[in-house]
Amino acid sequence: MSEEKLFSLRNRWFTGAVGLTVAIAAVAALFGFVLLPSLQTGATFADTWDKICTAAGLVRPTTLVSPVIKPDFQTSEVIVTPQMMGPTDTVSIGRGATLALRCTMCHGARGLSEADSPNLAGQYETAVYKQLQDFKTGARTSAVMSPRVTDLSDQDMRDLAAYFAYLPRLPGYHPTGDVPAPRIVISGAPLRNIPPCAACHGAIEYKTGAAWLEGESPVYLKAQLEAFATGTRRNDISQQMRNIARNMTPAEIAAAAEYYSRQPAAAVSEAAGLK
Amino acid sequence: MLHNKKLILAHFWLAFGGFGFALLLGEWQMYIRSPLHAWLGNPELYYRSVTAHGTTMAYVLPTLVAMGFGYAITEAALKRPLIGRKWAWAGLGLVLAGTIVAIIPVSLGLASVLYTFYPPMVGNPFYYIGVVMVVVGSWIWVALTVINLHAWKRDNPGAPVPLAMYANTAGALLWAWTAVGAAIELLFQIIPAALGLTTTIDAGLARVFFSWTLHAIVYFWLFPAYIAYYTIVPRAIGGRLFSDPMARISFSLFLVVAMPIGVHHLFADPQVGAGFKFLHSAFTALVSLPTLLTVFTICASVEIAGRLRGGKGALGWLKVLPWDNPLMLAVAFSFVMLGFGGAGGLINMSYQLDSSIHNTQWVTGHFHLIFGGAIVIMYFAIAYDLWPHLTGRALTSFRLMRAQLWTWFVGMIVLTFPWHYVGILGMPRRMAFYDYTDPAMAGEAASVMMSVLGGAILVVSEILFFTVLIRGHRAPRVEAGEYRFSVATHEPHSVPAALNGFGLWVSLMLGLTIINYGFPIAHLMALRDTSVPVVRVGGAK
Repeated sequence: MSEEKLFSLRNRWFTGAVGLTVAIAAVAALFGFVLLPSLQTGATFADTWDKICTAAGLVRPTTLVSPVIKPDFQTSEVIVTPQMMGPTDTVSIGRGATLALRCTMCHGARGLSEADSPNLAGQYETAVYKQLQDFKTGARTSAVMSPRVTDLSDQDMRDLAAYFAYLPRLPGYHPTGDVPAPRIVISGAPLRNIPPCAACHGAIEYKTGAAWLEGESPVYLKAQLEAFATGTRRNDISQQMRNIARNMTPAEIAAAAEYYSRQPAAAVSEAAGLK
Repeated sequence: MLHNKKLILAHFWLAFGGFGFALLLGEWQMYIRSPLHAWLGNPELYYRSVTAHGTTMAYVLPTLVAMGFGYAITEAALKRPLIGRKWAWAGLGLVLAGTIVAIIPVSLGLASVLYTFYPPMVGNPFYYIGVVMVVVGSWIWVALTVINLHAWKRDNPGAPVPLAMYANTAGALLWAWTAVGAAIELLFQIIPAALGLTTTIDAGLARVFFSWTLHAIVYFWLFPAYIAYYTIVPRAIGGRLFSDPMARISFSLFLVVAMPIGVHHLFADPQVGAGFKFLHSAFTALVSLPTLLTVFTICASVEIAGRLRGGKGALGWLKVLPWDNPLMLAVAFSFVMLGFGGAGGLINMSYQLDSSIHNTQWVTGHFHLIFGGAIVIMYFAIAYDLWPHLTGRALTSFRLMRAQLWTWFVGMIVLTFPWHYVGILGMPRRMAFYDYTDPAMAGEAASVMMSVLGGAILVVSEILFFTVLIRGHRAPRVEAGEYRFSVATHEPHSVPAALNGFGLWVSLMLGLTIINYGFPIAHLMALRDTSVPVVRVGGAK
């Protein structure tokens, strides 16, 4: 037995096993790469080689000439990544503090609004930066904000975002009361494709680009959800918020806005069983 | 004769300890997602639990059982002490350390990415580093298995390798190669991202690498069970192994076709071409061949036992089988679950049919039935068979053992059959809660509750299992004698070179890997702009 050569054309085990494996692979490949593509209805292949390349998953420039349909409105040009803002920079915060003087009329002296405009103190850096960019490009429109950002440079927006993120999160001017967290906030509605608000906006999980909502004005929150639902606001990337808001009932929109407005920082975390 | 009893026992206890803990997590998951419990306020807790359950059950339990049982086979089949005893302890230490390193970030909620990793989600680096340590620890076992076999062959030129050792080495070689896919994914893609060295990841490529590991790992889990079918069951029930070469062919075939078929897990992934999906589907169909050969051979071996006990007629031998023997019961239950699981698997492996159940609870039901059912019940059987030889004390609680196997079988059926059913109805898997108040899902509530009951039966079975083993440790000392394996009807005196070594089969495995994975991997690596930003989990709240 020790003299039996395995890797030899005389060894039946070798020829049999290799031959059978190759035969099965060849037949399977013939089916997968040639015959089955031929049976596809509606597919147009130039030749057999085209079929094989397509079945292999080769990425090639498309031969189909279909016009690229562009939206008839400005979409957001900001690419949101966890690294988009870079490390915290004290010089940037200082510059932001100076620039922020022009925001105080509506957003409060320390980023805490007394009107129904959003509080910015402690707001995530990415959220402030993205909204400023979107106002400037016209992806988001506002009679008040749009004219105020036209002269802001990219660095100005980064500085403002750094400054507002640096400010401490204080309780808003909205009465806090013990209201139980609505189900839409904690659990969403699985069968309507609505994830929990807290899954992106903090408390359960924070996803880059989402805004901090606790203590915001209920009027503002409700107006934004309604704007997303009707499509008058559409600077959310890939319709993330529009798809959610459209599926929410008016009662759920009101409940979520009311609930968030009443919360001091971290209250939603407690409601979700987190500290 | 087993020389390193403590080493083997340590592997088994560590494996079963992890198993005991992860089983409770599994039942908790079933319960909180069922209509019996209100929605979980924090779904992250569910994903944290699934990560711990999956990592322990898929990586720690089977790896340690394969290692411990493997060392037992190496000593008992080759009839000599293990070479590299210190290395074996080091391997075990690495698996234990890796498990602890991985489980800490998981417990803290810093790596709730599930055991399938799911890039571009990226968790705490220590989770992945821990998993790598477990794998590296098991590679020490692979090396020792090969070294011991090589040394034995050198001392016994031309002699047929004992079947148990042949199978054990086939399993080790399969694991060595199949773990490479996930190792590449972890070392070159996920760990650099987890450490913050990279900020993007090619998730499509990562999934292809993981699929390299993902299917053959199932066969690595399955090897100890199959070794037990062939080399323990016929001896334990007083029969003979029907065919020794058939057993060798089955194990060799697993080596060839278990690995290059993983893309059948990616049927819904756009980054792999349809042609390759079909190719993998075709080879997946082939992997049923060694299983069918095994079912035939083992049924024939069991029939020999029945006839030796005086069974007559076409089915008369079934009645006289030693049904009070736990090993007999275990193999029967295992085959029933393997049959149902395998039949369900035909749906998963078919490129077209898969789309009706892809990512539904059907898939969860399928692998729990095959792994948790058919395979793990044989792990119990192996433990029952080996324990007296490891502890020097007899296991005498036969009633308890039978009750344990019965409850495991019934529990697993009650758990997985409703899962298959709700899967067909479209219930997605791996969700923290379901809205059973919605008319679209209300009909699934009863089935889900049935699964919770099945899980509870499994917990009872687990308690019985530990009771049997612990009672065994407290029994009076007895001499267990030599640990023997089944004898074949025709003992091999000479074996063809192809069935006495692995050169041919490993070459075919590598060749098929190149055919089935070479182009998709090379193509995806060559594509530019396919990486996406990493999504960090367990970060800011």
